[in-house]
Amino acid sequence: MATVPLKVNRIGLEPQLYKGGKTTLCAGCGHNSISERIIEAFYEMGVDPQQVVKLSGIGCSSKSPAYFLGSSHGFNAVHGRMPSVGTGAMLANQKLIAIGVSGDGDTGAIGIGQFVHLMRRNLPIIYIIEDNGCYGLTKGQFSPTADLGSTLKNGVVNDLQPIDTCALAIQLGATFVARSFSGDKKQLLNLLKAALSHRGTVMLDVISPCVTFNDHEGSTKSYAYVKDHDDPLEEVSFVPFFEDITVEYEPGSVQEVKMHDGSRLLLKKLDEAYDPTDKIQAMRTLHETSRRGEFATGIIYIEPDRDDFLKQLNVVDEPLASLPLDRTRPPQAALDEIMESLR
Amino acid sequence: MSPIDVAPQEKTTPLSATRVVNDFSIQVATVNGSGSQTANLVLLRSILLMGVPVSGKNMFPSNIAGLPTWYTIRASKRGYVGRKKEVDFLVAMNPETAKEDVMTLEPGAAVVYDEPLKLNELRSDLTFYPAPFDKLVAAVCPDAKLRRLVRNMIYDGILAKLLDIDLAYMEQALSRQLGKKAKAITLNAAALKAGFDYAETTFTKQDPFHVEKMNATAGKILIEGNAAAAIGCMMAGVTVVAWYPITPSSSLCESLIGYMRKYRIDKETGKATFAIVQAEDEIASLGMVIGAGWAGARAMTATAGPGISLMSEFAGLGYYAETPAVIFDVQRVGPSTGLPTRTAQGDLLSTAFLSHGDTKHILLIPHSVEESYELAMVAFDLAERFQTPIFVMMDLDLGMNNWMSDGFKYPTKPLDRGKRLTPEILAKLGEWGRYKDVDGDGIPYRTVPGDGMPAFFTRGSGHNPKAQYSERPDDYVNNVDRLSRKFETARTHVPRPIVDTDKDARIGIIGYGTSHWAITESRDQLREETNVKTSYLRVRAYPFTEDLVKFIDAHDRIYVVEQNRDAQLAMLMKLELSPERCAKLRNVLHYSGLPIDARSVSDDILAQEGFEVTKRFTPASASSMTGGE
Ligand SMILES: Cc1ncc(C[n+]2csc(CCOP(=O)(O)OP(=O)(O)O)c2C)c(N)n1
Ligand code: SF4
Repeated sequence: MATVPLKVNRIGLEPQLYKGGKTTLCAGCGHNSISERIIEAFYEMGVDPQQVVKLSGIGCSSKSPAYFLGSSHGFNAVHGRMPSVGTGAMLANQKLIAIGVSGDGDTGAIGIGQFVHLMRRNLPIIYIIEDNGCYGLTKGQFSPTADLGSTLKNGVVNDLQPIDTCALAIQLGATFVARSFSGDKKQLLNLLKAALSHRGTVMLDVISPCVTFNDHEGSTKSYAYVKDHDDPLEEVSFVPFFEDITVEYEPGSVQEVKMHDGSRLLLKKLDEAYDPTDKIQAMRTLHETSRRGEFATGIIYIEPDRDDFLKQLNVVDEPLASLPLDRTRPPQAALDEIMESLR
Repeated sequence: MSPIDVAPQEKTTPLSATRVVNDFSIQVATVNGSGSQTANLVLLRSILLMGVPVSGKNMFPSNIAGLPTWYTIRASKRGYVGRKKEVDFLVAMNPETAKEDVMTLEPGAAVVYDEPLKLNELRSDLTFYPAPFDKLVAAVCPDAKLRRLVRNMIYDGILAKLLDIDLAYMEQALSRQLGKKAKAITLNAAALKAGFDYAETTFTKQDPFHVEKMNATAGKILIEGNAAAAIGCMMAGVTVVAWYPITPSSSLCESLIGYMRKYRIDKETGKATFAIVQAEDEIASLGMVIGAGWAGARAMTATAGPGISLMSEFAGLGYYAETPAVIFDVQRVGPSTGLPTRTAQGDLLSTAFLSHGDTKHILLIPHSVEESYELAMVAFDLAERFQTPIFVMMDLDLGMNNWMSDGFKYPTKPLDRGKRLTPEILAKLGEWGRYKDVDGDGIPYRTVPGDGMPAFFTRGSGHNPKAQYSERPDDYVNNVDRLSRKFETARTHVPRPIVDTDKDARIGIIGYGTSHWAITESRDQLREETNVKTSYLRVRAYPFTEDLVKFIDAHDRIYVVEQNRDAQLAMLMKLELSPERCAKLRNVLHYSGLPIDARSVSDDILAQEGFEVTKRFTPASASSMTGGE
């Protein structure tokens, strides 16, 4: 029998290794599309799933790590506290590649404190908010990203200001802040690939409609609403270091950002003046688009060179978790010296 | 200050008729923030240098400056280091508390005080030594701004003279305390001398208290329990530490930072073989520790009761997800707006069952600085062996006070990194399931990210033995039953109690942690004063080992001594003891915020044994201490 040559990626792995368990989320849930893009991005970038840790809090969104990268370790933590678990895991082994999946309730309500401090630390992690403006798993209550004036199915109107997680992340010092839409396959895939090349915190807010509780006309996070109001900042083309691809681009309309791992990120600007390394402009853009009721998508802000958290802590290059005893237990002489100082 | 409302008591025997040598307590009453710590530690260390067993306890308010604080130093030739209920020698420097401090002394005590306070008018059954502190300090410290800092050293000089402490030892202790600060040493030494000279020319010794050279402290160290635990953590090879400041645990992590910076920086690269993070709160602290433990690191945090409360949800996740973690709980009194700077053993019950659902945790309970050091290392081994959070239950008295100890022994045992799946084990097992009990001890094999072994998805309890999502009733029951089995296995691995049996004793005492020091002294009192013989079991861990039942069966009545209101250890014991054994248990409870003392234990036991116990003075500090937020 002739064997059919298997399709493999850059590191020789089959697509199957990047798939996860069968989803238990509602059919059509935006979160499922995001899982699919994560699978594609990690496969295409040739990331070793053995080195990946998937982290999440609690919610429909937080369940999704079970549905991608089935051969990676995963930790479904407690509600709103995934950042701390991810921080601990990365401190233990900085060679890991961390991807965290949260929801807008998991991040914006119970987890806002840990979110704030994660952004400040620039821990190497891709932090995705699957943002549907409601609590899916507890059946549709408002979340802190629900837009002013949006309504629940039962007619209750939201009178509170929404939290803009992108603006917050930029203000707090996150070094890669982007927004996308679960239905925009191309943009989301490219953003995820770019995220994989960034050493530091990537905060990716993905609008992801909840088809069961929040996909109706009163909702600004429904499919129909987002499709009409999506305002792409720039078209993202990503050139990984290991692939020799040239992308077509018009000189003068391309913003090149050199990534931490040496690859280049090319941002095709729709708006000629948009410079994602300009923090003030990033904030202004967020405010202006939101005033118009639109979502700015794409990379909103990027700062590629800041030291990540492990560099700041001046930690040895090897994973702390597997340092041998002779490097983690000081010698007898050290204890003797301490004892002498106490006599 | 007016002469007081109490009739002066009659003079008893001439005060200095007897000589009391190396067996008394000194209490220094000052104002928080007045810089008395140096003077107190110099006094403490000089007695140690004289070869006399000594201990120091700081009773301080929740305040940075301005509220009253008391430091008690106890010299004891018999080596008793628990709190002594009676104060024998008072140094009254705080005008606000001076009157009450004096009024609550036992007859025969001595008082050194700041002359303008006129304390001698208060009682006639005490010995008073007034000294003009301001005048004395002005003469030796021309710079008025520095006077406040050296003023307290005057009383050290006075005490050196009155108690026969060799000035040379005081000076030695001073330079040890101040290190290389030459100018400060000169200034302080001058104040010391001024106090000494003043006492020499002015006072006639009238009290019976003396320090005499002994040879009982050779090679001893002086250290706080928190620093001792920190050294243990470093020697255990801890690599990830996350913490949030809270009294009385902060100094555990702070001294750990100091030691790690000194001894755990890679020589070649100058980089750290550890990561220490001051987290945003205790929830994040434990989250980080659990994340790090899950990824294979030895990780820890330290906190006090309020932090333990916040950690509750994560503690349960750690128990069910089976991730190693080491948590130090340096216990203190009540809620944050309680007496946060006072000691207690009040978190035992809530920590044993911390979290929701069926959860129970392994607790380790050290009683000394040396055991804090040793159990810190045991904690990391147990955390990895049992793949679960381990709580080390210390308290403020142990953690923040100075204790005399033998030097710590260098660890010789290799680390126990627990059951980790390797290619060889996998080949032997054939098939691996993260939560499969292959050895019958309830402990499964684990893998960690990046180790090249099979991955699994970690979640709380909703999984089958292969870590696949499951809500099946049988999977849930099998899993929680296996966790119980694991807890039973722990019974045979945790540190066993220390038992001292007197074959003639009908009554047994059970205690734990710092209560030990009062209990050992109380046992001597009971035997020597009333001929009551006792056996003693000191619990060092939960779950209890079989020794507990044996001990209870060997005695008619059991006194469980604890520093909390609700008899928390006794309650834990009653959960697994038969009704007959429960009926033997009696409680000795001490919960004033002050460390438990031997006299209170003896009196309580004697009263319950039907002896008539004379009512004694309550210590000054018990009634007059106030605490801020
Ligand atoms: C401590 C705690 N409080 C409340 C809950 C209940 N709970 C589960 S999911 C959830 C909200 C999730 O909303 P979101 O993060 O937006 O995720 P979604 O389900 O919408 O994807 C809540 C409140 C919980 N699991 N834990
Ligand atoms: S309830 Fe909403 S968020 Fe949850 S799975 Fe269904 S569609 Fe998705």
